[in-house]
Order: sequence, then structure tokens, then C-alpha cells
Amino acid sequence: MKKVGKQSYMLTNPINIASTASIVGPKEKEGPLHQFFDQCLEDEFWGEPSWEKAESKLVKETVNMAIAKSGIASSDIDFCFAGDLLNQCIASSFGLRETNIPFIGLFGACSTFVESMIVASSFIDGDFATNAICSASSHFCSAEKQFRFPLELGNQRPPSSQWTVTGAGSAILTKEGTGPYITSFTPGKIVDMGIKDANNMGAAMAGAAEDTLVSHFKDTGRKPSYYDAIFTGDLGHIGKDILIDLASSKGYNIRANYNDCGVLMFDKEKQDTHSGGSGCGCIATVFSGYVYQMLQEQKYKKVLMIATGALMNSTSSQQGESIPGIAHAISIEI
Amino acid sequence: MDWFMIFKAFIVGGIICIIGQVLIDKTKLTPARILVTYVTLGAILGGLGWYKYLIDFAGCGATVPLTGFGNLLAKGAITEVESNGFIGAFTGGIKAAAGGIAAAIFFGYIASLVSKPKIKKQ
Amino acid sequence: MKPIQSKEEYQTYVDQKTPNSPIIKNCFNAFWVGGLICALGQIIFYFCQMRGMDETNSYTVVSMLLVFASAFLTALNIFNKIGKFAGAGSLIPITGFANSIVSPAMEYKSEGYVMGVGAKMFTVAGPVLVYGISTSILVGLIYILFNTQSLILV
Repeated sequence: MKKVGKQSYMLTNPINIASTASIVGPKEKEGPLHQFFDQCLEDEFWGEPSWEKAESKLVKETVNMAIAKSGIASSDIDFCFAGDLLNQCIASSFGLRETNIPFIGLFGACSTFVESMIVASSFIDGDFATNAICSASSHFCSAEKQFRFPLELGNQRPPSSQWTVTGAGSAILTKEGTGPYITSFTPGKIVDMGIKDANNMGAAMAGAAEDTLVSHFKDTGRKPSYYDAIFTGDLGHIGKDILIDLASSKGYNIRANYNDCGVLMFDKEKQDTHSGGSGCGCIATVFSGYVYQMLQEQKYKKVLMIATGALMNSTSSQQGESIPGIAHAISIEI
Repeated sequence: MDWFMIFKAFIVGGIICIIGQVLIDKTKLTPARILVTYVTLGAILGGLGWYKYLIDFAGCGATVPLTGFGNLLAKGAITEVESNGFIGAFTGGIKAAAGGIAAAIFFGYIASLVSKPKIKKQ
Repeated sequence: MKPIQSKEEYQTYVDQKTPNSPIIKNCFNAFWVGGLICALGQIIFYFCQMRGMDETNSYTVVSMLLVFASAFLTALNIFNKIGKFAGAGSLIPITGFANSIVSPAMEYKSEGYVMGVGAKMFTVAGPVLVYGISTSILVGLIYILFNTQSLILV
């Protein structure tokens, strides 16, 4: 691995993505990407007494599925890098407590999935690991409960609000393999655009996405056209428009090959999800389901995934703090 | 049954809700803040003795919105002060509004026993 | 587009990018649903009067029945749909207050009946009681000092 430019890293020995798995909830099942997911749940409890337990089960089953698909014995896996949105990352730690694999919990808000892939790639590239699991999850109901209002409260959601994706995605990264490969990454800086409206996360995170995107292009010398597709995590419809504008203001036109996982996940008109999907599970499931399959079928050959996160909690917003954003980028090629 | 009064209750209650809707859409106040604003405003108007004119005019159009709840609290405090003196300021409000509060707590508890929250399908 | 220089400039730009709530439609729905709930209250009021209740008790029965209806609809997972449609129309009447007590009670059942249901029941409605009751006490105290009503009305 070598550092290029200010904050990007090229992997001289690309890291293999051996397998991915994704499980999503009932609302995602009605969305346009449903056929790409490994499993769609019929109800948000999944037979568990609470949503938090259901989310842990999502993590557990998704990771088990990814391990099974990769054909690697779980005893040969060196690390598990995972995170979620619940306080103290309980969905991941409870979901993975029976795996017997060394566990490193991560938190990057909704950017956790790519963050975990960056950390896992670094570990594998540095010869500290041969095989590693990356995982991230979110659950609409547990997120609403923790960050917003009770589900049964009769309130209206403003048009800029987003819908937390119920789902978990995981990927097994290995040193050797036949691809797709992680070839470079750009960890992002914390960028605060001064947005305070917790119902407009897309606008709060778009600045961070732009910063990471532009840094990636500057550092690597690549242009937007280098990639077949560029995906952001969960900027939603509003954030996506803003990012296109911000990038063009810096001289990068990404209009042609750019989309957002939150935009892809739901049908805005039919499903009434306002500005689109959000949450750790959004990019995790869209990557593990849709993008990975496109790479395997060679419909995409070079993809840039930029996971975006809003680094806040309900206390910080009650105290009147603005919402800092973060975005991590990773390039995947076949 | 006075149909004109029912009509007035409809109109006045509706207008009070429109004001709330404008606050929701224009100011980004959370539901809790809007309810607090309404109940406080109702209590102040009740304390000044103005709210009762609205009740005389629109009946439930004025008592059912949360401003009416605030008015009930304030009116209760004043009535109790008149009959019991100082201590009435503390006992009167809750006494007057006890029916609604107790019902909400009790039914809330029962609901939690028998029902589970479900995702909004739409 | 020109590069954005300051946070203020970004906020202005974001405000113009963010769609507004459909306020006319929302207000119309709030109006007729809220009005209907109040009219329903008035009808209940007349039934109480017919059964010989006095005015104070009749208003209390109206509140309790509307609270019951709201709790019932919340337990059937219907109230949030009404709330989504009507906004302030179902929030501002006492139905909204009841819903704000019932919904967290149901939500936090998984944390047990004492610290879950019992404690979290007032996460939304607690402030309403705090401010409502405190204001009423202040009103009572001020009334003792100044006899506000007679001052204003005379």
C-alpha cells in the first residue's frame, strides 16, 4: 500500500472481496432493488421480541451467510470489523458474540460499512490478517426509537426527511482471490457545513461527500469518467442534487455516472420515503446486493463507493449543535 | 342538539388546528414544543379570563384543542383558590383536568399491554 | 455554480434546494380533521347533557371519550396514519395528547413495565404537563395577589 496525495492510498496488492451477503426488511422488499438481496424479511421483528434483537439477528445471519458463500471456514477468519447505529454498537456486538472471531467495533455513523472495508483492507495489506469480515446494519424501527419519535406517534415527516433502511450487509475480504478487488481508498475528514436541521441529513453530509470525492480525484489523478459508476451512501434525493452542484463548482462533472444508494433503495413516489433511504444498512445492502452483483456480471468494471455519515446524536441536536458529516471512499475494480 | 353550535365547534376547532399546522410547517417546531406552546397559551388566556368567551361561542371547538386543556388547568386553579385559598393554586389545576390526564395514563398502560407498535406501511 | 464560501451561503443554498411542506394541503387536512374531532366532541357533549350531566362533567366526559378513542386507534396502529394525513388536525385536539402518551408506552414495552412503559410514557407528553400545570399554579398565585380576572374584566 502506498499513500498518494494528501489522504488517498493505493493498494499495490489489491484486496479481494470473496463474497457478500445482504438481508433487508419488508419495506426494502417493496423497493426497486429487491431482487438483488439475498433475503427479504416479512416483518420487522423477525420473530424477536424487540427491534434491537431483530437487528442483532440481521447482523448475525448476514455474516453467517457471507461466510457460507465464501467457502472459508470461520476459524480461518482473523477479524470482524463491524458497526451500526445503536448506542454502543449493540446490534453488531450482540449479533457477533457467538462467532468466536476477534471483533473490532467501529462507528462512523452511516459511513461504517466503507470504514470497515478500509480498516480491513489495511489489516490485510499489512499482513496482519488474511481473511476479514466487514459488516454494517441499521433498522428503521430501532433507529426511529433512538433518534426520533415512537413509531405510533401521529406526526408528519417533512419532505427532506429520510427513511432508515432496515437491513444488514456484509462482505468477506481476503488476501487472495479472483476479484472484485479493492484497489484504493480515501478516508474522509470531518466536514461541518453548519446545517442544524436533523431532518435534512443529506444537506449536512453533502459537504463531506464533496470533500472526499474531490480529494480522491486530486490525490489519484483520476477523473469522474474513470469510473463506470460512483455511489454515495445515503445523501438521498436532496443531498444527491447538492453533491452534483458542489462537485461541479469544483470542476468535476459527475452527473453522468453518479447515483446515491438512498435514492436507489426506494421508489420515492410509491413508497412515500420522502428524500430516500438512509442508515448504515443503506450502502451496506446496496453494495452487498446490487453493486457486487453488477461487478460480478461485469456490468460495472470500476466503481467508487462513498459512504456518508452524519456524526451526531439526539443530545447534540438538542443542545443546538450543527451536524458534522464524514465520507469515506473506496474504489473497487474487477 | 344545537346543530349550529356543532358547526361552530367544527369551524373554530379547525382554525385552531390550522394555526398549529402553520407552526409545524413554517417553524420546524417538534410536536412536543407545539403541544407545550398550546397548553401554556391556553392556561394564560384562561388565567386572564378570555378563553371562556371562545368556549361560550364554540363549545368543544375551544375545549377539545390543547388550549382548552390549558384553560381548564388555569380555571381550575382559580376556582380552587376562591374556595380553598392559597392551597387551591396547587390542587385546583390537576383536579380540574384529572379526567383527561388519568384517562390518558390508564388507557396508555392498557394499550401497551395488548398491542405492539407496527411499521408505517405507507 | 460558484464554489460556496461560507456556512451562511450554504444554508441559503440548501434552503432553496429543500422542498417545502405542501402547506395548503396540510392546512386543509388539519382543518377538517381537527374540526371534525371538535364537532364530534360537541355531539358527545350534547348526549351527556341529555343524560342530565352538568357542563363541567360533560366536558370531562368528552375529553375522556376522545382520549379513549385516540388510545384505541393508537393500539390498533391506525392513529399514526391519521396523524400523518392530518398533522396538527389530530395533534392539537386532546387526541394528540393521548397519542403522545400511548405511543411511547407501546414503544418502550420491550424495556419492561416499570422503566419502559412507566417511565417513558411521558417522553413527549411530560413537558405538556410540566408547563400546563406550572402555568396553572402561577395563574392561581397571581390570582391570589391581584385577582387578575376582575382587574381585566372591569
